[in-house]
Amino acid sequence: MGNKNNKVFDPEFVKQEMIKKYPAKVARKRAKGIVVNKIEGEDKVVPEIQANVRTIPGIITQRGCCYAGCKGVVLGPTRDILNLTHGPIGCGFYSWLTRRNQTKPETETSENYMPYCFSTDMQDEDIVFGGEKKLKQAIREAMEIFKPKAIGIFSTCPVGLIGDDVHAVARDMREEFPGTNIFGFSCEGYKGVTQSAGHHIANNELYKHIIGENDTPLDAKFKVNMLGEYNIGGDAFEIERMFNESGLTLNSSFSGNSSYDQFARAHTADLDVVMCHRSINYMAEMLEAKFGIPWFKVNFIGAKDSAKSMRKIAKYFDDKELTAKIEAFIEKEMAEVEKVRLDVIKRTEGKTAALFVGGSRAHHYQELFKELGMKTISSGYEFGHRDDYEGRKVLDTIKVDADSRNIEELTIEKDEARYKARKSEAELDALKSDKDFEMNDYVGLMPDSEEGSLIIDDISHYETEKLLEICKPDIFCAGIKEKYVVQKWGVPLKQLHSYDYGGPYAGFKGAINFYKEIDRMLSSKVWADIKAPWEQSPELVAKYAFNN
Amino acid sequence: MNKVMDNKNNTDKYIVTRNACKLCSPLGASIVLRGIENSMPILHGSQGCATYIRRYLISHFNEPIDIASSNFTESEVVFGGSSNLNQSLDNVTKQYEPDIIGVATTCLSETIGDDVPRFLREYKKEREGRKIPEIFTVSTPSYKGSHMEGFHQTLKAVVDAIPGDEIKTDSVNLFPGFISTADLRHLKEIFEDFGVNPIMLPDYSETLDGTSWETYNKISPGGTPVSEIKKMGGARESIEFGKTLSEVESAGKNLEKKFGVKCSSLGLPIGIRETDTLMDLMEKLSGKSMPEKYVKERERLIDAMSDGHKYVMGIKAVVYGEEDFVAGIASMLLEIGVVPSLCASGGKSGFLEEKIRSMAEGYTDEEIIVKDGVDFMDISEIAKEINPDMIVGNSKGYTLSRTINKPLVRVGFPIHDRIGGQRILHIGYRGAQQLFDMVTNTVIQYRQDSSPVGYTYM
Ligand code: SF4
Ligand code: SF4
Repeated sequence: MGNKNNKVFDPEFVKQEMIKKYPAKVARKRAKGIVVNKIEGEDKVVPEIQANVRTIPGIITQRGCCYAGCKGVVLGPTRDILNLTHGPIGCGFYSWLTRRNQTKPETETSENYMPYCFSTDMQDEDIVFGGEKKLKQAIREAMEIFKPKAIGIFSTCPVGLIGDDVHAVARDMREEFPGTNIFGFSCEGYKGVTQSAGHHIANNELYKHIIGENDTPLDAKFKVNMLGEYNIGGDAFEIERMFNESGLTLNSSFSGNSSYDQFARAHTADLDVVMCHRSINYMAEMLEAKFGIPWFKVNFIGAKDSAKSMRKIAKYFDDKELTAKIEAFIEKEMAEVEKVRLDVIKRTEGKTAALFVGGSRAHHYQELFKELGMKTISSGYEFGHRDDYEGRKVLDTIKVDADSRNIEELTIEKDEARYKARKSEAELDALKSDKDFEMNDYVGLMPDSEEGSLIIDDISHYETEKLLEICKPDIFCAGIKEKYVVQKWGVPLKQLHSYDYGGPYAGFKGAINFYKEIDRMLSSKVWADIKAPWEQSPELVAKYAFNN
Repeated sequence: MNKVMDNKNNTDKYIVTRNACKLCSPLGASIVLRGIENSMPILHGSQGCATYIRRYLISHFNEPIDIASSNFTESEVVFGGSSNLNQSLDNVTKQYEPDIIGVATTCLSETIGDDVPRFLREYKKEREGRKIPEIFTVSTPSYKGSHMEGFHQTLKAVVDAIPGDEIKTDSVNLFPGFISTADLRHLKEIFEDFGVNPIMLPDYSETLDGTSWETYNKISPGGTPVSEIKKMGGARESIEFGKTLSEVESAGKNLEKKFGVKCSSLGLPIGIRETDTLMDLMEKLSGKSMPEKYVKERERLIDAMSDGHKYVMGIKAVVYGEEDFVAGIASMLLEIGVVPSLCASGGKSGFLEEKIRSMAEGYTDEEIIVKDGVDFMDISEIAKEINPDMIVGNSKGYTLSRTINKPLVRVGFPIHDRIGGQRILHIGYRGAQQLFDMVTNTVIQYRQDSSPVGYTYM
């Protein structure tokens, strides 16, 4: 693996450096989550990585909690469900408008509760005597203030412990306010090992309480549900534009720029496409099992992958007119993309990136870097599972541990009245046997990453610093928690959770934005003024230079 | 309880908190710990709290901030968190080699009733004879107080755990409260100029507003050294800032009780009057008169005020934030003729009203409304009635500013929609000068922008 200075780094050495300071037991455990990538054979078999296991206490992680995944990630971007946090004030406060999901209410006066952070702000007496009464009162007040069509109650850590039953409260309140759908989430922060548990719980409750509420389908052709797209920086707007201009109909979005009504009619779609596999695959599977909506994975990050994903959708619908429209659209968009790309690549070619984000972005964004001629030397997720790394082909071999077992797994049965096959058996079989089509599949991050790159699950703060020290990538993509420490080292950091006020980066227009942004960041003069530690002490560089 | 509760504006009607004007306890603890040299905070509970708090602090300070957690999962919730705490102490020690570790509890570990002091006693006992960092704990459940309670409780816990009965020194203990990094630096400068040696706790002026790094730092450099904290019991006096703090058991008063170190409680030195009080005390402590530099700064400030006060005289402002901070800003605004028509805080010490009234003589309860324990929707509702000319406070007031189309002067914490929030100087004559210019220019700009002509000349 070479970077622009032609320094050669041995990934195995980097790994050893990362873990050597840890106590032996910790080192052994961490070693399983740090893997040198190797892709073998036609089936693209990759080494096993340890993922979705608890972070070791005292190792500083970038992971969040179950509540964050449920309330912040999945339900946060929906504008017309009033979110009420049941718990002490901090959890609600910290999840108040911090993810920069955008939303576009139909009219200026349409319901939009995203700017609000409602909390029961539990006090001592609620912890001692229980908080259900206060929760009910809070719901009554929320009704008085807004009369929303739906209220979600989100539990934080103390709630389960003191025995508050948010589901029972929700039931009582539904009776009191029959016009409003009120439901609870048992997403206490300690459940599961990351925010991933919260995604699952969010999927389950949406499925139980909203999906299927409205059987009237949109009067349109080619109705697609976009799953796992959260409209950070306006990504969903760009995807919606692409759909509109190429003849597709966005039926519902989970959950960027989404609304209650979209969820309620989700089961009437012709197709589900999945962006972030980690956070939403449960929903795709449930919609398929109960209502017969087929699903496949798409990726709208990167121009090439966007085009590929559009073509996949065209192939699925297999409609001449639609296909022609999509092809014309791609051609027009790609022309603009290429103009910018060919200019920017002159300055970015051969540079290196490291990506540590979420549960799909560390994979998706590699595509954009590839388009700029850049190599991703190291990547990993915060809350991915093994299937997000190695592909769904390993699903059967994943051991369910105690931490995952406590997340409810719904049993889904076919809805005899409303189940409708969207494709004939034969058509589906044809799609499934087409290997490149990847029906109901996700290949995972590793088969798509550089051979020899270092794949790190739940990278710790300490390991991040080691990586910077030894590999010094030209750009680091992560979140605000890492941003300032990375920049201390003279390496620019691009936030891929919030986009640093930039975006959109999805789709064709997004690709152009991203190329330009990376160009600006890599060409900035400011980094020249920062002497990184290894430039101060040349012997360090010497120590880490390898030739193999 | 206090007068604040009898409400004129209907804001106490709701028990649900809608857009809070306070943060949670362990955040305050984490800030204090970042202000101790080579220290590490561990939040005892689930990792979410530590992650949220780091993320939040970083968005204000724009600096790396490490906060560890004992990473509870369901089994710790059932069986208690002692083994996780031990592991996290071991791992933090090994990776970061800190001099001191502060273990702050969270709502979760408090609710399950973990006896952290006992865990720590056992932990230390098992490691007798081995070199381990100083370790102390503080109880910071957020259902018992906001980030400010967390901040002050942690200071108390530090001075409870660390200082010994030291030989008397010439130093003065300084508890500056929760102010900006620029404020902390300025305070140190003032002490230095008077020739008084302060032991300032906490001191996050470097750790949370550092330079680019030339060498590897496991923990951001700066902060009050533990060796200095050890000497606090032998200091000649303590000064603590905070009007509402003066009423409660504080770190300063704790030292007074334990070691007989006299403690003076002052308001945050924001504005002329409060800075004068500090300077008087500094003169007494040092036996020196105020250095020429500050005399000049004060005179310049007065000169600027006489030139500029006509622009701000009689305008109405909404002020919100931590109680002591609100008291400080209100005091400064009153001096320049701005009426702090609403002084609001999510905090609830019970002393805010009394403190504001004592400095706002001549104003009626209608002219200056004081509200504690409120949220941003309460604040907005009252603000809409008042129709203020400006809003003074942190980034969370932006929504209000946008709705009523009145400018927001950003001060305090958190500021995450501008850069440099951590570098705003609020204290001393110099800080007052900057605030005065900022407030006045905001008024001028607003008038300029809304004038049909767009004069380029005042
Ligand atoms: S549980 Fe308590 S300590 Fe943790 S974030 Fe919530 S309010 Fe803060
Ligand atoms: S208390 Fe629990 S729910 Fe709240 S932030 Fe902490 S881990 Fe998450």
